[in-house]
Amino acid sequence: MDVLKKVPIKEQDPQVRAHNFDEVCLGYELEEAMEEASRCIQCKNPKCVSGCPVSIDIPGFIKEVENNNIEAAFKIISDYSALPAVCGRVCPQETQCEQVCIRGIKGDPVSIGKLERFVADWARNHNIKPEPPKEKNGKKVAVIGSGPAGLTCAGELAKLGYDVTIFEALHEPGGVLLYGIPEFRLPKEEVVKAEINNVISLGVKIETNVIIGRSTTIDELMEDEGFEAVFIGSGAGLPKFMGIPGENANGVFSANEYLTRNNLMKAYDTSYDTPIITGKRVAVVGGGNVAMDAARTALRLGADVTVVYRRSEAELPARVEEVHHAKEEGIKFKLLTNPTEILVNEDGWVSGMRCVEMELGEPDESGRRRPVVKKDSEFVMELDTVIMSLGTSPNPLISSTTEGLEINKWKCIIADEETGLTTREGVFAGGDAVTGAATVILAMGAGKAAAKGIHEYLTSK
Amino acid sequence: MFRIIKKKELNPTVTLMEVEAPLIAKKAQPGQFVILRTDEGGERIPLTIADYNREQGTVTIIYQIVGATTRILNSMSVGDCLQDFVGPLGRPTVTEGKKKVAVVGGGVGCAIAYPVVKKFHEQGTKVHAIIGFRSNELVILEEEFRSNSSKLVLMSDDGSCGEKGLVTDALKKLIESGEQYDEVITIGPLIMMKYVSMLTKQYGIKTVASMNPIMIDGTGMCGGCRLSVGGKTQFACVDGPEFNGHEIDFDEAIARSDMYKEFEQKKQDEACKLYQKEVS
Ligand SMILES: Cc1cc2nc3c(=O)[nH]c(=O)nc-3n(C[C@H](O)[C@H](O)[C@H](O)COP(=O)(O)OP(=O)(O)OC[C@H]3O[C@@H](n4cnc5c(N)ncnc54)[C@H](O)[C@@H]3O)c2cc1C
Ligand SMILES: Cc1cc2nc3c(=O)[nH]c(=O)nc-3n(C[C@H](O)[C@H](O)[C@H](O)COP(=O)(O)OP(=O)(O)OC[C@H]3O[C@@H](n4cnc5c(N)ncnc54)[C@H](O)[C@@H]3O)c2cc1C
Ligand code: SF4
Ligand code: SF4
Ligand code: FES
Ligand SMILES: [Mg+2]
Repeated sequence: MDVLKKVPIKEQDPQVRAHNFDEVCLGYELEEAMEEASRCIQCKNPKCVSGCPVSIDIPGFIKEVENNNIEAAFKIISDYSALPAVCGRVCPQETQCEQVCIRGIKGDPVSIGKLERFVADWARNHNIKPEPPKEKNGKKVAVIGSGPAGLTCAGELAKLGYDVTIFEALHEPGGVLLYGIPEFRLPKEEVVKAEINNVISLGVKIETNVIIGRSTTIDELMEDEGFEAVFIGSGAGLPKFMGIPGENANGVFSANEYLTRNNLMKAYDTSYDTPIITGKRVAVVGGGNVAMDAARTALRLGADVTVVYRRSEAELPARVEEVHHAKEEGIKFKLLTNPTEILVNEDGWVSGMRCVEMELGEPDESGRRRPVVKKDSEFVMELDTVIMSLGTSPNPLISSTTEGLEINKWKCIIADEETGLTTREGVFAGGDAVTGAATVILAMGAGKAAAKGIHEYLTSK
Repeated sequence: MFRIIKKKELNPTVTLMEVEAPLIAKKAQPGQFVILRTDEGGERIPLTIADYNREQGTVTIIYQIVGATTRILNSMSVGDCLQDFVGPLGRPTVTEGKKKVAVVGGGVGCAIAYPVVKKFHEQGTKVHAIIGFRSNELVILEEEFRSNSSKLVLMSDDGSCGEKGLVTDALKKLIESGEQYDEVITIGPLIMMKYVSMLTKQYGIKTVASMNPIMIDGTGMCGGCRLSVGGKTQFACVDGPEFNGHEIDFDEAIARSDMYKEFEQKKQDEACKLYQKEVS
């Protein structure tokens, strides 16, 4: 064994997985996990923990894996995270815990995420659940949204004895974990539903089909329904478009629409009734995780797919692992390219996309070099489908129906980072609704911080 | 659960259902809609709240059987429960500040127009209702319209009831005869709303059209329901469903409404085989 290298992990063959929606990464076996765990040198002052937004006791659980005490490892992780099987799969570990792992200085960091996933999967397969709280305090807290922020905040509060109800707009809980991230990266029944059930088994109630701001309001929850505090974890679901001609033609979708049709509504499975346009030649505009997910979904539905991104490969905001997987599966990348117009045929359908080539100029406010148009570089791509993946912003439905709840110029809810407290008394917020589109683990971190904030607020009240 | 407590055929292809949904009944306003799913494998479809009873906690929907999902819905009976029923969605119709309005409805669009007409009538606004159908046996809600408006004009394509002609003919006649409307509200097939809007533009009468693009979530998350209004992209589920008729790009909306035609035809054939007893 080479201690400088991660124990390799099995994956579905790229040629095979390009045609199915089964999970790409197959996970460690027990022996492999124990071997990988033995690479951790059990730092006295573990850097990795400071790299994890929910501060999981990483050496602690890894030690138990090394000693084949997987149940004990699960108990440790459960003290910090309600969604380890999710995080082990989709956390950007390479920029979080693993980036600062000591092992990474000379060689590969410990595969913390994959070990976390292994432990969570093992616990699920052995039917081990987190323990419900012993005592209830009877105080009611409402949580809006059942994404990672809401689920974490609810789980933490339930552990402290609160009577928590999550209100979710869609017909199933999970937020982006359900409607955004595809099955081949994050299995829905097996992983997402199972971890949500763990949160429910802590005593959390989930009411689906309730849209706060329409079905009821935060004021009514607090004044009429007896909720003493509210946590807003409503995410950043509103898709952006470029504003170029032809963008409303048939065959142009937001990544959210395309992924929702496929993930939430299961359009890839013909026994479900929701339609999806499969497309023959598809361009996905954008370079983030969402763009990779949309591209790989379209590929699996049978299309020839090109990702069109205006900066260079180095600036792709998607996780390196996802870009790598996408390339392996046969997704093409047209970098330093920006669309200027969607071409539309006489029936109103996409026939192509006019683009210009870009080059990188001076760094902009984000620190990345700003792409500028190359002179006389216009060209046309022939296409029948375009998926716009340009980012999302928080939906104004809640802020516009809650008096005194302030938002900033990006429409994000203003909330204290430490406690989650908003500008309204008793109302807390966290996750994408506060930060704009970010990551699962940051949303969970915010949910956890807000749970603490709510607990302090309600105990001192 | 969302139990169906009443089901009534209004004409061979249009059915009324009353559904138990107390939370929605408490909040519903004219112009708003619900999204429902009949069963686990079903799609999410939007239907207007045709009426509501806050005391009984019920919401009325009126739907036309046009494809797979409405056909499956129509196969359900009193006592059955819908899988999901969420709302009220969309912005309510703005009814304040108007003295006299004309409401122009076509086909099943009349079901959507009816609660608006009723609200205007109840608040004392003078309302002229112009409703059009292809023929006599398709007429719905005639009595309800009559008793909730100060004038009702019934039109039919073939002259089998009311006057023969289009709703635009009737509207034009009323305007030409000197009727002054603060606003025209039009609800029905896209092509009808397009021509109503073109007509009222000539006379400079403010016009609101109730749009029905393809939707999924209904919460502003997917952008599938987007329309061009005054050159800007709007999401019908959260910004609408009502928009300024003089600014809507109707041709784009018409093209978009056919986006899934091929798939829908296939699903409809499947549903037909399953529920052969229903009408086509
Ligand atoms: C396609 C895609 C891929 C991604 N890939 C990754 C990845 O690999 N790794 C990673 O770390 N992050 C990834 N992200 C980002 C990550 O998923 C989000 O940052 C995270 O889910 C945010 O969590 P949240 O709880 O704040 O909000 P969300 O997950 O967005 O959940 C918000 C929930 O609130 C509900 N809601 C909204 N408004 C209301 C209302 N008015 N009333 C009731 N309910 C409401 C919504 O329906 C939703 O269920 C990805 C995102 C997308 C879209
Ligand atoms: C805000 C709103 C209010 C509506 N109110 C009513 C109403 O009160 N009564 C009524 O009969 N109809 C109403 N509709 C239209 C109704 O939603 C469609 O007729 C229904 O979805 C058709 O589904 P299907 O599977 O039976 O037919 P399909 O064969 O799938 O479709 C037939 C046509 O219906 C439209 N359609 C299909 N799927 C959707 C969808 N998910 N969302 C919206 N439109 C779709 C398309 O134009 C399509 O070509 C409303 C639509 C909207 C957006
Ligand atoms: S939750 Fe994410 S950041 Fe924390 S240990 Fe797990 S993979 Fe690393
Ligand atoms: S930094 Fe790396 S080696 Fe050190 S405890 Fe954490 S995982 Fe183990
Ligand atoms: S239906 Fe998805 S944004 Fe309107
Ligand atoms: Mg349908």
